[in-house]
Amino acid sequence: MTEVSKPDKARLVELLRRFIDPESVIDDAETQRPYECDGLSMYCEMPLVVVLPDTVEQVQQVLRICHQHSIPVVARGAGTGLCAGAMPHAEGVVLSLAKFNRILSIDPLARSARVQPGVRNLAITEAAAEQGLYYGPDPSSQIACTIGGNVAENSGGVHCLKYGLTVHNILSVEMLSVEGEKLSIGSQGLDSCGMDLLALITGSEGLLGIITEVTVKLLPQPEKAQVVLAAFDSVQQAADAVGGIISRGIIPAGLEMMDTHAIRAAEDFARAGYPGNAQALLLCEVDGTIEEVQEHIAQVEGLFASFGATSVRTSQSETERALLWKGRKSAFPAVGRISPDYYCMDGTIPRSQLAHVLTEMQRLSGEYQLRVANVFHAGDGNLHPLILFDANVPGEFEKTEEFGARILELCVQVGGCITGEHGVGIEKIRQMPIQFNEQELLQFNAIKDAFDPAGTLNPGKGVPTLRHCQEYRSLETKTMPPSTSVKGAA
Amino acid sequence: MADIVPLLQQQILSARDQGTKLNIIGGTSKAFMGRVASGDPLNVGGHRGIVSYQPVELVLTARAGTPLIELVAALDEHDQMLSFEPPRFSAASTLGGTLACNQSGPGRPWWSSVRDQVLGVRLLNGRGEHLRFGGQVMKNVAGYDVSRLQAGAMGSLGLITEVSLKVLPRPAVSCTLAFDLGLEDALGLMNRRAAEPKPLSAACWLDNRLYLRLSGAPAAVDATVRQWLGQGERLDDGDAFWVALRDQKLAFFAGKAPLWRFSVNPTAANPALEGDWLIDWGGAQRWYRGDASMAQMQAMAEAAGGQVSLFRGGDRQAEVMHHQPQALQTLQQRLKQSFDPDGVFNPGRLYGWM
Ligand SMILES: Cc1cc2nc3c(=O)[nH]c(=O)nc-3n(C[C@H](O)[C@H](O)[C@H](O)COP(=O)(O)OP(=O)(O)OC[C@H]3O[C@@H](n4cnc5c(N)ncnc54)[C@H](O)[C@@H]3O)c2cc1C
Repeated sequence: MTEVSKPDKARLVELLRRFIDPESVIDDAETQRPYECDGLSMYCEMPLVVVLPDTVEQVQQVLRICHQHSIPVVARGAGTGLCAGAMPHAEGVVLSLAKFNRILSIDPLARSARVQPGVRNLAITEAAAEQGLYYGPDPSSQIACTIGGNVAENSGGVHCLKYGLTVHNILSVEMLSVEGEKLSIGSQGLDSCGMDLLALITGSEGLLGIITEVTVKLLPQPEKAQVVLAAFDSVQQAADAVGGIISRGIIPAGLEMMDTHAIRAAEDFARAGYPGNAQALLLCEVDGTIEEVQEHIAQVEGLFASFGATSVRTSQSETERALLWKGRKSAFPAVGRISPDYYCMDGTIPRSQLAHVLTEMQRLSGEYQLRVANVFHAGDGNLHPLILFDANVPGEFEKTEEFGARILELCVQVGGCITGEHGVGIEKIRQMPIQFNEQELLQFNAIKDAFDPAGTLNPGKGVPTLRHCQEYRSLETKTMPPSTSVKGAA
Repeated sequence: MADIVPLLQQQILSARDQGTKLNIIGGTSKAFMGRVASGDPLNVGGHRGIVSYQPVELVLTARAGTPLIELVAALDEHDQMLSFEPPRFSAASTLGGTLACNQSGPGRPWWSSVRDQVLGVRLLNGRGEHLRFGGQVMKNVAGYDVSRLQAGAMGSLGLITEVSLKVLPRPAVSCTLAFDLGLEDALGLMNRRAAEPKPLSAACWLDNRLYLRLSGAPAAVDATVRQWLGQGERLDDGDAFWVALRDQKLAFFAGKAPLWRFSVNPTAANPALEGDWLIDWGGAQRWYRGDASMAQMQAMAEAAGGQVSLFRGGDRQAEVMHHQPQALQTLQQRLKQSFDPDGVFNPGRLYGWM
């Protein structure tokens, strides 16, 4: 590697325009604006350049140039991430994979699809539908988010309780190293010899390489799916009912909970017929063969009643099922209507701690004088507390972040973690030392070094460097100043 | 029930100081795997016991030296299971060895692998540091997935001391159907059946017979049996077949002939190689008995979209795992270096260059 003098912005743009369509090398502020943040718009930054290559060779070339001059590279899918993982670096290049949007092949018999990284999650399921197949992980952002982003975040969804996360649903990736070298990880079989690099790459937040192709597994569409909606007078009862179902040996396809703020907001928005006076609501979807669904739905209805549900309603048609889900799926935008801004947290806890954590959160809500609405994947203990605030009130965002940090600490205290599916990015980097000690963080840094010794892939995200750790210990939970106001992360 | 981490840690540190190497040993049931072992024994078998098990959480945490049969007994009491059906090559097979060697049984394509079900690990790295990664909850994306990275690493990154796993309820009923079919027809049928939304939980072909296992709610299993049975036969003792397959106790696995394992595209045409084959995992895992050259086997595995390893027997001084391209070899060496800078653990067990 010859470190010839680092090109300035104009020179870099010129270098990139030599092999990429000039229109796809964006260097003016106005056109760059949409790239300044991801779904977590409190954190934003303008990059040097945004590039949208459309061949792997071009991506390689971008990487080679950046590597040669130690220029940071931030990969970007659809920018729906919720941890500022795709936020640009002021001195770096944003590498958008948006033009890699082709489904390369679908093999119905082997139940797999080869896709480019910029393909939208839902597009895979839509393309496979003809063959009676679908792609399992279904983040609520699936209309927009890309499979490359899903792999980078190890995204989950409402159905991952039964069907797993991204890591369980991919067979292989094609990746480029920081030097631009091609790596094939995984195979068409279910495992490969040696260390499980596929698992290491999944969830690595663009810090270890650029994903240029993904082969996903496809699942047969279930014969039938039905959802049961149950209302409860207390969160404790609903939480107990969740445990009751699992103990009964039923693994629902999805098991979601909403609290009173979320229920009201969702009902106003979606008119799904949610009982407005309930303190907690559970949505339990069961899928499988017709006979299996019949058997399990009857059990679930009975269980909910025995755990004190004040009402139980089971979808009788696909339209009704879609309606019942609509409330849940639009909960984020719905909450966006009852508050100027909201901040979405993502801690995961052991299910048995649900009631305790929710109660404690209500106490904190009082302490900070900020409302919290809860929508979450109750089946796997993944919480999404939405802290409602107004970014135009001076100091309120800082207060919100501090409240959020307390929630994450609480999650770790009860045996959980700071992020279940949204990733660390920049947002949660200060909480990493709560979950991991210094030796563990150093081991993470050593892994990063093995892939990217100069640290130019998505620097400052995911894993704090030791310098960070020390800083963060002394800074404790001081918050970062937001660069702009919040535009509701969903 | 004992926590012997301090002792293990001391052994690692003194090996590091003296420049000696360590051979990690769980229950010795997988001593035949990988390349020939070298180094002083580091026995993790004494580090055993269930640390926590909350059936309602579907999570079990146990020390790495805990024998699988102990875990299974605890799960049985609550009608739960290790869904990846780990082989018990002997009664001493341990949890840590199962993860390090990434061993999963017949249900793997439908019920996940050990790698899939791992939620977190604790491990001693080559610096003798006792580290914790992942956790005891279903979803955790903080930091790199060091837990699953261990699957298949065969101890080359460190000594796994504790594992947290997702466990699953045992299906209410299981039923096995058998059909007389040649290899090619069986491969086709296995894949077509797997693409149907039915409670299939295992599919194996051996000696011109296709075995399909159905598991789940009684009504679902019964209805599928009615639809699929046709000319087939419903086995009275199906479970015994799957256990013998899982633990490699079927006659197919007996004797000294080298045993090769192919992990390939489930729909790939079977390699044109005369001799004894057994197809498992609905076509994705295929076993072959006989002498062959590694180079020849690798070419056939790649043609089938996957990889091969010399699982048991044959020349274990030579490489026994599928060749890695140079870039991936370098990467794995660097990862090894990041965990075990002095190369204390299992030198050359996975690959000669590791
Ligand atoms: C309304 C809403 C609902 C959501 N619901 C869910 C949910 O249910 N479950 C869930 O898990 N998440 C959810 N998310 C979060 C988000 O959608 C996911 O994290 C998603 O996977 C991000 O995909 P993306 O294409 O938008 O990636 P981006 O936001 O563009 O990038 C995310 C990260 O991946 C990296 N990256 C992107 N592409 C590549 C590549 N090709 N190679 C290497 N690195 C790459 C980026 O550098 C960045 O670190 C939600 C977000 C919103 C706004």
